[in-house]
Amino acid sequence: MLGRTANNVYWMARYIERAENMARLLASTYYMSLLPVAGGNDVGEWESALRLGGDREDFLSRYDEVTAAKAMAYMALDADNPNSIRATIRNARENARATRTALTTEVWEGLNETYLELERMSYAKMIDQGFSEFFDWVKERSHLFRGAVYGTMRRGDAFTFSRLGTFIERADNSARVLATKWEMLTPKSGKPLGAEDYYRWGALLRAFSAFKAYREVYSGIIEPKRVAELLVLRADMPRSLLACINELTEILGQLRGNAPCTLLAGQARDQMRRNRIDGILRSGLPRYLGSFINRNNELHAMIGKEFMLVL
Amino acid sequence: MALSAAFDEMNGGENGLRNAYRAYGKWLDGVPPERLIEKHQQADLIFQRLGVTFSVYGNDEGTERLIPFDVIPRILDAEEWKVVSTGVCQRVRAINAFLDDIYHEQHILKAGRIPATLILNNPAFRPEVLGLDLPRGVYVHVAGIDVVRVSAKEFYVLEDNARVPSGVSYMLENRETMMRLFPELFAAHSVAPVNHYPEALLRTLRASAPRGTADPTVVVLTPGHFNSAYFEHAFLAQQMGVDLVEGSDLFVDDDALYMRTTDGPSRVDVIYRRIDDDFIDPLAFDPNSMLGVPGLLSVVRNGGVSLANAIGTGIADDKAVYTYVPEMIEFYLGEKPILSNVPTYKLGEEDDRAYVLEHLDELVVKEVAGSGGYGMLVGPASTVEERFEFKNKILANPDGFIAQPTLGLSTCPTLVNGEIAPRHVDLRPYVLTGESTTVVPGGLTRVALREGSLVVNSSQGGGTKDTWVLEG
Repeated sequence: MLGRTANNVYWMARYIERAENMARLLASTYYMSLLPVAGGNDVGEWESALRLGGDREDFLSRYDEVTAAKAMAYMALDADNPNSIRATIRNARENARATRTALTTEVWEGLNETYLELERMSYAKMIDQGFSEFFDWVKERSHLFRGAVYGTMRRGDAFTFSRLGTFIERADNSARVLATKWEMLTPKSGKPLGAEDYYRWGALLRAFSAFKAYREVYSGIIEPKRVAELLVLRADMPRSLLACINELTEILGQLRGNAPCTLLAGQARDQMRRNRIDGILRSGLPRYLGSFINRNNELHAMIGKEFMLVL
Repeated sequence: MALSAAFDEMNGGENGLRNAYRAYGKWLDGVPPERLIEKHQQADLIFQRLGVTFSVYGNDEGTERLIPFDVIPRILDAEEWKVVSTGVCQRVRAINAFLDDIYHEQHILKAGRIPATLILNNPAFRPEVLGLDLPRGVYVHVAGIDVVRVSAKEFYVLEDNARVPSGVSYMLENRETMMRLFPELFAAHSVAPVNHYPEALLRTLRASAPRGTADPTVVVLTPGHFNSAYFEHAFLAQQMGVDLVEGSDLFVDDDALYMRTTDGPSRVDVIYRRIDDDFIDPLAFDPNSMLGVPGLLSVVRNGGVSLANAIGTGIADDKAVYTYVPEMIEFYLGEKPILSNVPTYKLGEEDDRAYVLEHLDELVVKEVAGSGGYGMLVGPASTVEERFEFKNKILANPDGFIAQPTLGLSTCPTLVNGEIAPRHVDLRPYVLTGESTTVVPGGLTRVALREGSLVVNSSQGGGTKDTWVLEG
């Protein structure tokens, strides 16, 4: 397929995944912010979400102060925030429109409807229908997109580059969310977790659709170390970092076995498979996640160079 | 011209309903207006979901709009269609013969049937392709001939669009939508299908490949997704199952044209281009064009790739050259024109100019190089100021304008503000020339939605209708 088309399909999938992860982050932050906090100041959650989902200075220049309402308006619907759900869905749709010949009618129409509905969405309507319902709707539209891709697209280049986009973006977003939340949630002193912490870690797991899975796998109380293991190293968790790198290695292997990007993905996978959570935590999870994010960016650049003639 | 005096496609029969509308008219009588309004809203939703939009130049940049769609079809019976279809095919055959001639021997100029200066000094004439032999001698592979009707028997051709005519995707989507909205009507009428147009287009394009190409690769070349007709480019590429490319996806290497793919360079044999001559090759034409492919013309000249339509077809849809199409039909085909030309005054000629300036309030004045309904004066609907402004424009550049009498365009019942009212329509059938010249039964009916308006262009507030040709 055309290199430019591959690039459009890849970004379309990246933006949809980004919108979904933003909805997950906001839903989880909203949930956490509803919990009672000692001291009564709960904007800490939103401060951390803002670091992930926007530019704090840009936000303050237009919204004065950090409040739950303003942060949600900024990250969900503000078209001038390039990471907002509205902006990412617009970008996804623009990429799809630029290459709709490569897509099935189902994929295009589903995405176009998401866009049209979101364009009609306002903050007042979001309050009216409920924040959680809105975030659920964004997730559902993303599920619908992936389902249409899996269920209707020929297993050709467009399908492959769409999947690559999904997993590159998911790997990046998952690592970033985990890094930020980890620093917020890890107790500074060695004091044991209280009931409040239990809810906070639970909310983090929910952001990855991993709450039930945690129970199934560990059948015990929530421990930070196990949360990290589940979200980083469990190959059977579809949003974990290892799962993403496994998918990427497989897709790239089928696409072009001896390409530099394929070799890099393979090395990363082999290395992660040897990693153990105790070792990772000893040298620091944020550092580990930082180098994961850098390598993921490198992989993205190499894919562009190899297939999309992005120089 | 008053609407009541215009010929009506549905009600203009001697005893009311015309033949083509006999069954439909009865059905329409029994349908409450609310149901039509509801169908109309459904149609809008369908078009929006499909993304059948166009961008409007001028105001808000990049705004996407729906072209208003009317749910009442324009219907022609088999006999009427026979006149229109043979007539438009005849014109296109003559135009192709004309183009082949003026880029080779120029017999028609030597015979004095068309003034040589009109052709040779025309900016749309492309000396770059003189002497170039095209596969099958075809220049205009896709033509959109604008036809209007003034009475039961009289059809006129307003314009022969021979460069990159657009709108065919609306013909196809309008039909799809009508079949979704009114399946019962299609069961009751035998409406000739149009859905095979993309297939016919692909066959036409493959037939135009450079000689000796075994399995030609066809692409659609678009200026990109900010272009007003982008939807159509994408739609046709998808329907034909070929790549939709932009100029930057293509490059010239060693007298051949390639596209950049994920597997490396891939050879291209035929380009269905939706970019004007001026922008197609910055080395040969407009050097500032970012849309074209540097070096493309030289590949074309060496027979390495075919363009559809060919370079230089603009000379055939110049509004002054238009007046000579009947001449071309007689000269090349030895036939009598089936469809009439609208009588046209050339403002470069003194007598014509004097008459036109006296009668601006009765005539339609068009810029020779204008298109899309821009740069046009509709006399009967104009103000004193507009006429004054046009008079000055004409005097500044008389050769740049032509004038025609205001035709009493036929009307067709149309749903306007919840009520059925007559509105003026035209018709653009799409004529394909590959191995032979053919036309799918139907076309795009455009409708002027403002009461009394004669301007049907979508950029000027026009809408569209599905066009039915009833089978014999």
